[in-house]
Amino acid sequence: MIQFLLNQELRQEDNLDPNTTVLSYLRNTLGKTGTKEGCASGDCGACSVVLAEVINGKLRYRSVNSCLTFVSALHGKQLITVEDLKHQQTLHSTQQAMADCHGSQCGFCTPGFVMSLFALQKNADSYDVAQTSEALAGNLCRCTGYRPIYDAAQQSCSNKPSDHFDAVEAQTIARLQAIAPQSGTQFAGKGHQAYLPTSTAELAELYLNHPDAHLLAGGTDLALEVTQFHRELGTLIYLGNVSDMQQIVETDSYIEIGSAAPLTDCYQVLAKHYPDFGELLHRFASLQIRNQGTLGGNIANASPIGDSPPLLIALDAHIQLRQGDKTRRIPLESYFLDYKKTAHQSSEFIEKIIIPKPNAAVFKAYKVSKRIDDDISAVCAAINIQVADGKVVDARLAFGGMAPTPKRASHCEQALVGQAWTQETIEQACSALVKDFTPLTDFRASKAYRQLVAQNLLRKYFVETTTASQDYLTTRVTAHV
Amino acid sequence: MSNHSAPQLSQAELETLFKTHLKTGVGKGIKHESGDKHVSGEAQYIDDKLEFPNQLHVYVRTSDYAHAKVTNIDISECLTMPGVVKVVTAKDVPGDLDVGPVLKGDPLLVEELVEYYGQPIVAVAATSHEAALKAAKTIKIDYQPLAPILDVKEALEKEHFVQESHQLKLGDSATALAHAKHRFQGELHIGGQEHFYLETQIASVMPTEDGGMIVYSSTQNPTEVQKLVASVLGISMNKVLVDMRRMGGGFGGKETQAAPIACLCALVAHLTGRPTKMRLPRMEDMTITGKRHPFYARYDVGYDDDGRILALDMDLAGNCGYSPDLSGSIVDRAMFHADNAYFIEHATITGYRCKTNTASNTAYRGFGGPQGMVPTEDIMDAIARKLGKDPLDVRRLNYYGKEDRNITPYHQIVEHNILPEITDELLASSDYYERREAIKAFNATSPILKKGLALTPVKFGISFTNSFLNQAGALIHIYTDGTIHLNHGGTEMGQGLNTKVQQIVAEVFQVETDKIQITATNTEKVPNTSPTAASSGTDLNGKAAQNAALTIKQRLIDFLAGYYRVHPEEIEFRNGQVRVRETYLSFESLIEMAYVNQISLSSTGYYKTPKIYYDRDKARGRPFYYFAYGLACCEVLVDSFTGEYHFTRTDILHDVGATLNPAIDIGQIEGGFIQGMGWLTSEELVWNEQGRLMTSGPASYKIPAIADMPNDLRVALVESRKNPEDTVYHSKAVGEPPFMLGIAAWCAIKDAVASVGNYQYHPDIDAPATPERVLMGIEAIRKQMKNA
Repeated sequence: MIQFLLNQELRQEDNLDPNTTVLSYLRNTLGKTGTKEGCASGDCGACSVVLAEVINGKLRYRSVNSCLTFVSALHGKQLITVEDLKHQQTLHSTQQAMADCHGSQCGFCTPGFVMSLFALQKNADSYDVAQTSEALAGNLCRCTGYRPIYDAAQQSCSNKPSDHFDAVEAQTIARLQAIAPQSGTQFAGKGHQAYLPTSTAELAELYLNHPDAHLLAGGTDLALEVTQFHRELGTLIYLGNVSDMQQIVETDSYIEIGSAAPLTDCYQVLAKHYPDFGELLHRFASLQIRNQGTLGGNIANASPIGDSPPLLIALDAHIQLRQGDKTRRIPLESYFLDYKKTAHQSSEFIEKIIIPKPNAAVFKAYKVSKRIDDDISAVCAAINIQVADGKVVDARLAFGGMAPTPKRASHCEQALVGQAWTQETIEQACSALVKDFTPLTDFRASKAYRQLVAQNLLRKYFVETTTASQDYLTTRVTAHV
Repeated sequence: MSNHSAPQLSQAELETLFKTHLKTGVGKGIKHESGDKHVSGEAQYIDDKLEFPNQLHVYVRTSDYAHAKVTNIDISECLTMPGVVKVVTAKDVPGDLDVGPVLKGDPLLVEELVEYYGQPIVAVAATSHEAALKAAKTIKIDYQPLAPILDVKEALEKEHFVQESHQLKLGDSATALAHAKHRFQGELHIGGQEHFYLETQIASVMPTEDGGMIVYSSTQNPTEVQKLVASVLGISMNKVLVDMRRMGGGFGGKETQAAPIACLCALVAHLTGRPTKMRLPRMEDMTITGKRHPFYARYDVGYDDDGRILALDMDLAGNCGYSPDLSGSIVDRAMFHADNAYFIEHATITGYRCKTNTASNTAYRGFGGPQGMVPTEDIMDAIARKLGKDPLDVRRLNYYGKEDRNITPYHQIVEHNILPEITDELLASSDYYERREAIKAFNATSPILKKGLALTPVKFGISFTNSFLNQAGALIHIYTDGTIHLNHGGTEMGQGLNTKVQQIVAEVFQVETDKIQITATNTEKVPNTSPTAASSGTDLNGKAAQNAALTIKQRLIDFLAGYYRVHPEEIEFRNGQVRVRETYLSFESLIEMAYVNQISLSSTGYYKTPKIYYDRDKARGRPFYYFAYGLACCEVLVDSFTGEYHFTRTDILHDVGATLNPAIDIGQIEGGFIQGMGWLTSEELVWNEQGRLMTSGPASYKIPAIADMPNDLRVALVESRKNPEDTVYHSKAVGEPPFMLGIAAWCAIKDAVASVGNYQYHPDIDAPATPERVLMGIEAIRKQMKNA
């Protein structure tokens, strides 16, 4: 059985189909139609809802795409939808702001925007353009051109009146604590079952017993199997309550990230040590996706266009795999064998990701896509080069979008190591880079473009690391310069 | 009947009210009439309606080939799937199978010949959407593949057309080109555009006891849905009711292409007797329905030393997809806008309607106009590069004149041209020339990033070019409590039409808009409506509603004049009150009196646009009642290593005549600009070699997101210039014209690219200017410089 608060109402669901998305649950099971389906693929944000949970004794509010969220993720949390914001016949301040600022035209995307704004208001100290862009990058509006929505965000975040959620926060926390996830939780419906372990040990044992189960982390990719490809997922093991796999720990030499930690939670530590990693995470899908999606999921998914693996490989990250009681650590680059094929064995899962802290090398990462925000890379490059006394002593370059797997550019690295750090060396390395990859032509980019851009990113790295008084902003196009 | 709770006010109090103005009348920036319902989730779209216990859901199985003959359809397994109630093929259609809006050519379901990848072949009705979808996948269809034509250039060469070509001619371009001092030829591919309305195509229907249908359809064109549902079922139009409260976006995509969905629903409902709904999932919506026409343009242009165009030959080949749909009018409008804002003394503009094996392309905001303008704006830039001039100077030199140089290639005189003055205004407010210099200085020293700047005009003709469509109707009732019920033939798709029409009626009666209820557009209330399209929604329906209101108002005035024995001039309506010489009464009291005195409080209203005509044989006429003007100045930052870009600032000055609602007008301008920018930048449609659309969802098709908005966006309405024509309160249409402001974004990118070659080479970049095309354009210039 799963339990959660539907706004303030305690719901207990025992025979829901675990393949049910929160969107379908709201619209079809409960008949709550304020939340809209725009794409059912997590790209438009019309279905955004907010999940609240207790973190360090306080409520934390996060926006998610209900179309990509299976009902398992509701367990122990509070689900807030657009219908819950209006209180005693009065619009919530974020709703009022959207209406006052002419933020809706056709109105179909509006409930999703309102929910993202609501989460933004809860998380923002004051109005900030960059934070607003980040919070709303996953909500598409085809009518307004967005300017009035920025105005609504400004109105919502500049002056935050306390609302009916604040008024009952203590009670909500108590009620959520009373339904905190317990080990042994499971539910089933329509011939599908879901297990919701709370510890790594419980997970390991479940996975041994159910080797065919799908591990459900954020589900931002797995859910597409159901919503886009109309397949059935027989057994799910939900990782969102496995608390030890959500830990993020810093040691003297390493950052250790539990594989089920949402990307949003990874941001702070990665951005602190590797600003470019932070920059990339800002552009990694959308906030709704990052609130759900995990670093472990992005790796295990083994997509050639996943954005984190090239960066992690360039940083020489390792992963810890676990199968039952056995664990092993391997370099991440050896995990990817071929297109969507990895080195993990039956019932083995990624427990954590171990990333070295910065050394003398200069790490930079680049994502090239048609749209700056919420797009998939045509090419993703991570370049980590150490230069000493004018010579390259170490070079790790990894690329996404260039091969069937995220992959190092070994010819290019060989052309760099031991050479003088000069434009000539860069040009030789660019020539070598062509030997490393035979990229595809597809709807995102042509082979020729991918090859040229990959080389140009190395050239850009050289300009960025060698130009005197180089200014970060003058070398990159970002949304808010 | 009487309103007992209304407070009785003294004459002095009524007089005070009378002397103040309405808060929500014409010209006020009031919010969208559904705004509060949008934000609370209470605004209902068709998919949100309560379903019936025996509701059916329809999913269509579509073609896996772009061109093929269907040799066999095996539905045996499908029929056994759980929840399946009915499986429908072309032979089940009792009436006319063809649902072509103007010309034939659009079968509701494939009979034998498949003409595009994604064409509906079999419809499956089941007890849930999911059950219908899963069952449809089990249908086995055998094909005999045929060679498809997917490329517009190939279709043009083979003269593979859906409709005959048309030509506009002014002067003698052949002779003038031969004598021009400078002359060059060029070609350009212009991409299409997915509408990406957030609410996908949907309809829900209910059979009636008369053998008819109540149809809820997300359509811009209720009357056409009514007509086609009747013809598909083989019943008369008076048995079909179409109801349309609101669309979750339309943009032209629901002008003709909403109808097949409604027809399929009605067909299933007719065959089963059960209420039926059909909603297209996003991928199916993008695959099945048509888009903005991609165009191929080629031209031959002659100009003088100053950059003045002397002669232009232009071929505009629209990629219509497999059937005519509205392509005739769309290619016409492209031709009518190939001049954009410029006088071309000798012009020959030829339009071709090319047939390809893709979905039938359709109306999309601008309706071909944008595709006509883009090549001409590209020519302006190219001339400027060749002469070493600022592109804006070339544009201004070529503007239509006021007294002379003012004839279009279709022989309409351009009257009331305000572009020269408003260009001066925007030049000044945007610091164009100062920024031009600053940008050159920046580009000279910035190794990777390059800035670009462009200021481009829009002149857009307002009216349906199919002249008879320029008509509208409205219906107003005033109830005895003084509240007003208003319907008109237009449809609300987010553009604020209902709000504006409410304001117009409010202004006539001098009551606040909260006294006026607008309900769903309904074919039983207002019949024989034109589609809400061509930016004409307010021009036509606003006038019709105004006429309905004026009819009732005149009855009220006549009644008061007789009752109080005063002259009609002594009667004045203002702010909810009526003054009869020295006596004041509230609007509500007047209505109560009028009712008791047997005055009719209901009226229809009708309007047709004057002055317009077009003689197709002579290719001459006045297809447009008037022109709307606008200008955008865009600044962009381009990464010359990757081709990525971001817009840093945009200044817009746009002409809406006397604004009916500045908030809504600015919303249309901003939204139109961003949509136009998206069309020419990140929105790329890609088909594979089999003719399958590969960019069939928002993961692969990228419309602008919030951070794509220029960091600094300044939008102003042209002030103090009401429409000289007798439009509703002298306003101008605003739906489409701002879309083409987005061309400034495309030109700005090319300006940044040109900086790589010190502005000596014209970047050869097709639309949309994706980062890939931009980088390849930069590479081409670098190569030209090397070779020079």
